[in-house]
Amino acid sequence: MTGSLASRAGVRQAGWLLAPALVWMGLFFVLPLLIVLLISFASRGAYGGVEWTFTLVNYRDLADPLYLWIYLRSCAFALATTGLCLCLGFPLAYYIARAPARWQGLWLMLVLVPFWTNFLVRTYAWMNVLRADGLLNRLLIATGFISEPVEILYTDLAVLIGLVYGYLPFMVLPLYAALERIDRSLIEAARDLYASGWTVFTRVIVPLAKPGIIAGCLLVFIPSLGAYITPDLLGGARSMMIGNFIQHEYLVVRDWPLGSAASFVLMAMVLVGMWGYQRTGGERPL
Amino acid sequence: MNQPGIELREVVKRHGSTVAVDHLSFSVRRGEFFSILGPSGSGKTTTLRLIAGFEHPDQGDILIDGQSLRDVPPNLRPVNMVFQHYALFPHLTVSGNIAFGLEMRGIVRAEIRSRVSTALDMVRLAGMGDRLPAQLSGGEQQRVALARALVNRPAVLLLDEPLGALDQQLRQEMQVELKTIQEQVGLTFICVTHHQEEALTMSDRVAVMDHGRVLQVGAPQEIYTAPASLFVAEFIGLSNRLDGRIAAVEGTRCRIEAPGLPIIQADAPAGAGPGRAVSVVLRPERLHMSQQAAPNGFDNVVPARVAKAVYNGHEMQYQLRIDERLLWTVRVPNADGGQKRFLPGDTVSVRWNADESVVLAQ
Repeated sequence: MTGSLASRAGVRQAGWLLAPALVWMGLFFVLPLLIVLLISFASRGAYGGVEWTFTLVNYRDLADPLYLWIYLRSCAFALATTGLCLCLGFPLAYYIARAPARWQGLWLMLVLVPFWTNFLVRTYAWMNVLRADGLLNRLLIATGFISEPVEILYTDLAVLIGLVYGYLPFMVLPLYAALERIDRSLIEAARDLYASGWTVFTRVIVPLAKPGIIAGCLLVFIPSLGAYITPDLLGGARSMMIGNFIQHEYLVVRDWPLGSAASFVLMAMVLVGMWGYQRTGGERPL
Repeated sequence: MNQPGIELREVVKRHGSTVAVDHLSFSVRRGEFFSILGPSGSGKTTTLRLIAGFEHPDQGDILIDGQSLRDVPPNLRPVNMVFQHYALFPHLTVSGNIAFGLEMRGIVRAEIRSRVSTALDMVRLAGMGDRLPAQLSGGEQQRVALARALVNRPAVLLLDEPLGALDQQLRQEMQVELKTIQEQVGLTFICVTHHQEEALTMSDRVAVMDHGRVLQVGAPQEIYTAPASLFVAEFIGLSNRLDGRIAAVEGTRCRIEAPGLPIIQADAPAGAGPGRAVSVVLRPERLHMSQQAAPNGFDNVVPARVAKAVYNGHEMQYQLRIDERLLWTVRVPNADGGQKRFLPGDTVSVRWNADESVVLAQ
C-alpha cells in the first residue's frame, strides 16, 4: 500500500517537471501545427491570403504528376542519402567503436566538429568546392582524370553529396553507440564456432547493431526527406525537393493552403513509414 | 596412441614489453581432463587464447594430432571454447546458440536438430531451447555455453574459468558434472582456473603456471603431496612452512636445524647437502595434536600454544603459535562429536613423521 502511495506521489512530481516543456511545445509547436492543418483545408485568396472555406482541393491538387514527381524525387534522394550514409558510416562507426578507449573520444569529436560551424556557411563552402573552377574540378584536372571541368554544382549529384555530408554524423553516432556495446568476446565466440569474417558480420554484428542501424537510418531519412537548404543552394532551380516545394508555395506563389497540405503529406509519409516499421515487429528505434 | 592430442612447443607470447607466455611446453593426451592452474597474470588465459587462435605465438608452435596450427585461423581450428562470461549470442535462442557452430559447418538441418537436442539433454536443459540467454540463470547460461562447444565434438575443448561466475554451491555441483560430462563424451578438455579446488577435483592432470612458465605438471595427488617448489606448495592448498638449514644427511633422511626449535627429521630432498637452506612444508591435516609432551612414536614433536580455535562443522581449525615468528594451521576432523577439543591458551605438542613433510630448496 505504501508502495503505491509513494509511486503516485512520484508521478505527481514528474508531472510538475514536465509542465514547462509541455507549455512551450503546446504554444509554439502544437498550436502552429494545428493552424497549418486548418489552412491546408482552406482556399487560396485572390491575392495570396487565406479564405476560410473548407475544401479538400489542396490535397487533390497534390496528386498532380508534377507534384508526385517531386515527392518521388525527394524519397529517392532520402533513400540514396540513407544508403550512402550507412555504407560510409558503418565502417567508420565500427572503427571508432573498436579503437582504444582513449582515441574514441577524439574520433567522435572529429565527427561532431562540423556542427561547430553554421550549416549555411558549410553549404556555401561546398559550393566553392563543387564549382566549375572549384577545388574538386581542379583536383580532377590536376590528377588527369578529366581534361575539362565537369558540371557538378547545381546537379543531383551535388545535392546527394551535400545531403550525405550533412547527415553522416546522425548515422555515425547511433551506430557507434550500438557497436560499442557489442562484447568483443561475442565476435571471438563466433570465430571460434567456425564463422568466417563475413559471417561474423552478417550473423552477429549486424543483428546486434540493428537498433543502431534503424535509429541511424531514421535520423538520416526523415530530415533528408524534408531537406531545404542543401537542394536549394547546391541543386539550383532544377533540383526541387519537398522542402523547396513547400517554401516555394508559401513564399513565392503565396499559395499557403497548398503549401500546408504539402507539409502534412510529408509528415504523414514519415509517420506511416515509422508505423509500418513498428508493425513489422521492429524494436522501438528512438 | 602415444601421439599426444595437443602439444605446445616452446611457445612464447609477448604483450608489449611483458612476456605473457615464456617458452611454454606441455602436451595433453587425447581424452584427458587437463587443468592449467595459476594466479591471475600467470599467462594461463593467454595460453588458452593461443590454442584457440585469438592470439599468435611470437615463437614456438602448437600442434593438434601432430598438425601445426601456425597458419590456421580460429574458425578453422578443431577447437572450441567455453568463454569466461559465456559470450552467448544475446539475439539467438538457446537452440540457436548451440546450433551456431553446426550451421557454420554446413551440417544438414535434421542432423543439427538431433544433435542440439542431444546436447540440451546432456546439460539438463531439455525444453529450454526456445528461451533467450537473458531469460536464463547464471548456471543455465554456463550449461548452454558448454553445450554450444560440446555439440561440435572438437578435438580439444577449452574452458576459461568455466565456473568462475557461479556461486559456491553451484560451483561444486558443476565441478562434478563437468567431469562426468567429460568422461561421457571422451573429449580432451583444457581448463584454465585460478581455483585450486576446482583443478584438483576435476582434472586428470594439472599444470601449475606462474609468470608464463609451467612450474609443475602432474596428477592432482602428486601436485598436492609432492609439490616441486615452494610456489606450488603454497599456491595449492593450505601449507605450514618452516625455514631452516640442513644439519646432516643420513641415507634417505636428513636433520634440519631451525632457530628456536628442536632438530627436525625429514626425508632428504634430492641432491641435498649439509648447510643448504630449505623450507619444510607441512599440510594442516598431516599434523597431529596432543597434550602430552612425550614423543610416542612420531619422528618430530614441537611444543606450541593454541592461539585460535575455529569450529567449521566438519572440522576444527586451530591456529598454533610455535614461537614468536611461526603461526601454523592444524585441521582436525570432527569424526566423533564428543572428542576432546583444545582451547585458546592451551599448551600442546604438534607431531608428525618425517615422511609427512616435504622439504624444498629455498
